Amino acid sequence: MMNLIALILFLPLAGLFVNLLFGWKLGEKFAGWVASAAISGAFLAAMGGFVRLIGLPPEARLLRLVLFEWIPIGGFQVNAGFMLDPLSSVMTLVITGVGALIHFYSMGYMHGDRGVVRYFIYLNLFVFFMLTLVLGDNFLVLFVGWEGVGLCSYLLIGFWFGRESACEAGKKAFVFNRVGDFCFLIGLFLIIGVFGTLDFAEVLGRAPTTLVAGSGIATAICLLLFAGATGKSAQIPLYVWLPDAMEGPTPVSALIHAATMVTAGVYMVARAYVLFELSPVAMNVVAIVGAVTLLVAASIALVQTDIKRVLAYSTVSQLGYMVLALGVGAYSAAIFHLMTHAFFKALLFMGAGSVIHSLDGEQEMNKMGGLNAALPVTSMTCTIAALAIAGVFPLAGFFSKDAILYSAMTSEHGGVLFWLAGAAGALMTAIYIFRLIFKTFHGKCNLTMETQARLHESPRVMTLPLQALAGLSIAGGWVGIPLIPGADIFGGFLAPSLGGLAEGHHEALFEVIMMAISLAIALLGIYIAYKLFVRNVGGGAAYAERWPRLYRLVLNKYYVDEAYDYMIIQPVKRISTRLWKDFDDGFVDSSVGGVGGFVRLIGAAARQLQTGYVKSYAITMLVGALAVILYLTSGMK
Amino acid sequence: MDNVMGFPLLTVITFLPLLGAVIVMLFFDREKTGAIKGFATAVAVVDFILSIPLWTKFDTAKAGFQFVEKVSWIPTIGVGYHVAVDGISVLLVLLTTITMIVGVVCSFTAITDREKEYYVCLLLMATGMLGTFVAIDIFLFYVFFEITLVPMYFLIGIWGGPRKLYAAIKFFLYTLFGSVLMLLGILALYFVNLKMGTGTLTFDLQQLYAVGPKIPMSLQAWIFLAFFIGFAIKVPMFPFHTWLPDAHVEAPTAGSVILAGILLKMGTYGFVRFVLPLLPQASQAFVPFMMLLSIIGIIYGALVAMAQTDVKKLVAYSSVSHLGFVMLGVFALNQQGVLGGQLQMINHGISTGALFLLVGIVYERRHTRMISDFGGLAKQVPVYSTIFAITMLSSIGLPGLNGFVGEFLILIGAFKASYVYAAFAVIGIVLGAAYMLWLFQRMFFGNLDNPENQRLTDCNRREVLYMLPLVVLMFWIGLYPRPFLARMEASVGKVVKMVNVAKAEQDTKSAHLKKKLRPAPKRNIF
Repeated sequence: MMNLIALILFLPLAGLFVNLLFGWKLGEKFAGWVASAAISGAFLAAMGGFVRLIGLPPEARLLRLVLFEWIPIGGFQVNAGFMLDPLSSVMTLVITGVGALIHFYSMGYMHGDRGVVRYFIYLNLFVFFMLTLVLGDNFLVLFVGWEGVGLCSYLLIGFWFGRESACEAGKKAFVFNRVGDFCFLIGLFLIIGVFGTLDFAEVLGRAPTTLVAGSGIATAICLLLFAGATGKSAQIPLYVWLPDAMEGPTPVSALIHAATMVTAGVYMVARAYVLFELSPVAMNVVAIVGAVTLLVAASIALVQTDIKRVLAYSTVSQLGYMVLALGVGAYSAAIFHLMTHAFFKALLFMGAGSVIHSLDGEQEMNKMGGLNAALPVTSMTCTIAALAIAGVFPLAGFFSKDAILYSAMTSEHGGVLFWLAGAAGALMTAIYIFRLIFKTFHGKCNLTMETQARLHESPRVMTLPLQALAGLSIAGGWVGIPLIPGADIFGGFLAPSLGGLAEGHHEALFEVIMMAISLAIALLGIYIAYKLFVRNVGGGAAYAERWPRLYRLVLNKYYVDEAYDYMIIQPVKRISTRLWKDFDDGFVDSSVGGVGGFVRLIGAAARQLQTGYVKSYAITMLVGALAVILYLTSGMK
Repeated sequence: MDNVMGFPLLTVITFLPLLGAVIVMLFFDREKTGAIKGFATAVAVVDFILSIPLWTKFDTAKAGFQFVEKVSWIPTIGVGYHVAVDGISVLLVLLTTITMIVGVVCSFTAITDREKEYYVCLLLMATGMLGTFVAIDIFLFYVFFEITLVPMYFLIGIWGGPRKLYAAIKFFLYTLFGSVLMLLGILALYFVNLKMGTGTLTFDLQQLYAVGPKIPMSLQAWIFLAFFIGFAIKVPMFPFHTWLPDAHVEAPTAGSVILAGILLKMGTYGFVRFVLPLLPQASQAFVPFMMLLSIIGIIYGALVAMAQTDVKKLVAYSSVSHLGFVMLGVFALNQQGVLGGQLQMINHGISTGALFLLVGIVYERRHTRMISDFGGLAKQVPVYSTIFAITMLSSIGLPGLNGFVGEFLILIGAFKASYVYAAFAVIGIVLGAAYMLWLFQRMFFGNLDNPENQRLTDCNRREVLYMLPLVVLMFWIGLYPRPFLARMEASVGKVVKMVNVAKAEQDTKSAHLKKKLRPAPKRNIF
């Protein structure tokens, strides 16, 4: 019997090698099809794995694969081991499913680019590492994937490496992630210290008995792991790299910086939820970080005018929802939102890509408008995605966001403030996303006549994936319907990985009221956007004029980047130059044992005398040393 | 003698390059440079082939010495010709033989002046380095340790860059100063053994191992300091590192590769081979001091690397940082730390050696090493860029490549010793990513706007060929380090045990003492 895990994992790698060997010669089309076929194959294998899991009784849903012993040393061992359980099954389906669609889409989007073969190689490599991340059966294999996706993200952000800003952004992403990784690694060392292993099954199985609930060490581990997650999943304080990451090609933004890689932190926390349950403090921190991030990012998204930046901040904000869900203990809701978000956010990015593609690279929304007529499929699918993200019944986002808001209110870790944050965020979400839709597809067209004449809908290879994702944005939430017994298939499926469903305290009436409120919020937001950007064009600008300082503060993203630059980056640069020029060359070199200064003298002398001098110096030293030794040894008697 | 087939393998491996050097010196016409290059390459390759049994026939279960050869040399003062390898040294010997091939082959076009003498120096260098790693007699070790100084001095001083004389003399004096102090330490051990140990005159390490722990702490501390200066200059540890950037920048490519790949390892190897097992109490006592210097080295080296404008100098300072990691692992004094340190010695030899080779390749074409002279190379030289990228990622410890496994083990070890040390050391990882990526960005990304760079040619077949084994090793150790770890594990275990025996005694003593004074409950952070 074929090993499905190996198949899921190695098909993308196979695609990569085929392209590495033949892609350069056989050209763009070949490379695109090979890469897409590899990911599609991986998707089929992931489906196979899913079906295999379903066929097993719930508590036995676990497939394992150990390739070899990776780091075996006395008393500590890490395997190159993988496992497929319900949680990783959902992740593999999302990664390969959305991934395959984005691969197909890329064939159209990247058509004609010089580096397209390299692009597909990177993309396959990314999918491979992402699958390693979610399939690893221990923290270290997860970390391999974790760093690997970071590397691919670096390579793909800087894909157009001729652009200075793209390279800056790539480096920024990598270094900010490294700061998160720094904490993550220390967290791992603490886990090794406590458990002596990094194996998920052992660590999570033994955690409740080994760690004291609420102990400092439990909190330390969780906070460190979570700090790693804030890097990868772009949460406060490490979120600033994600908006800049939009320098990469748009399908990359869709795949890496919306649907998959940035959710790695959410996945990791969900995977280690047993540890987090042991630390109420850490849970609280997680929830607060999520809530604040979702508010801050949503507010920035309200005023950005670059279409991709709006979506980038929207992504940060939606990731904030997932983190909030984790913090209030609603792990399956977090993964649910992760999945639906992958559908509609990938769709939004690809729709934006379709717009950018047809406008020859224009990303400024103020220069767009009225594109509805020329780009009907793009406009239609994007609107569906916008309705989904805004949380309109019965689209996907409605169910997942509702699940999070409900838990934020009712969970033992939750509270009214968390709900309020989520609700306020939902209002802003609806406003910014429909601002984007209205400014791009409706109203007066601000393009030059010349560009207007050349407007065209994207080719089928790009619009078909859009339509597929639109279908998923509509129906993707129907697997997690609350209230009706047995209709929350999603939560039921994940239960073996994420603990039992929080059954029991679902009060039907209360839940219906909550759903009504969140739907009302979404509709209100859409109405506000309609009033400000359609009915009364310039309505938004009027508010900006009324509170200019607030507007500038938000427009400049609360000056967080500038603060980082001023407080950390510039000082480090200054210190390193200082250390080198003044300290290393000036002080250490000339004063350590006085030797350095001596050397300079000798050097000057030697330039005149050439060799010979060194020899005599060496002999002098040896003689001196021998004298000391003789003295010492005679003293010993 | 329990060497393979009664064949003095280690002696042959060690002295074959010397023989080669003599033959070149005596029988080769200095004009026939092609023949000299071919012969030198052949010697290096044969030497490597001869060293393969050290990998295949090595008994991984055995902690003690293997391939032993022992004859008396100067019996009146107890000097013996005693060579052998164990898990501590076997991989270093192999790394040396591989590096020698690379060092010879990479010089074919880089060196055009006094070639005969050049290859003689390289081959002499090989004998010195190999001898240092296989010598079990501490006097013999010292002789080889010193022998390496001379050819390296000439390599830098004759075939080096503009400030070669200054750099060569600085290198020579620093190292000589250190090794003279080390000689004091060696002699002290020798006489102490005469008085308190076996009562015989011997430099044999296996006999000295027994007397080490018996030396009173007051004297051990002094011997420790003598060895410390000797090895710390070689490593180099902060603040003895300033000779390194000068030596690296001025040395020809092969010189830098050998310097980084092998010569620096003599220092770290010295700590593991001599200091830890011979001076266990002092090693324990100096842990905080050593850890502090290591951490300073890690962070300081990385920060100063960030400010560099010359690629080669940047790589040199990154060495200071990486060797700080090695020392951190070694002085964690536990299995994971020392094992990680040992593996990282190999890793650093591979990755940093490769980086120097890459710098050399581009220097040969452009005659500049200033970072600002480059930019946008990724477009012009894709193969070179790819190899550079992989090497860079290996150097910053990306999982899946060799650097990660070593750093990871070191940090586990350091963490066990103290989480404060480990936490500081991890900062080095963040900074490492920063300076390397910044370097890569400035050299390879951006626009190819310098017309000089537009004529740059990509790696030729010879260059790819000598880079390839290093790249393969990066992946091999990163993905499947088991064969490497297995070879070192038993011997490292032995060293760790030796350095901790004394501590165990001390602990029980002080525990008794504490119990008498006041019953202090043992605290455990976990």
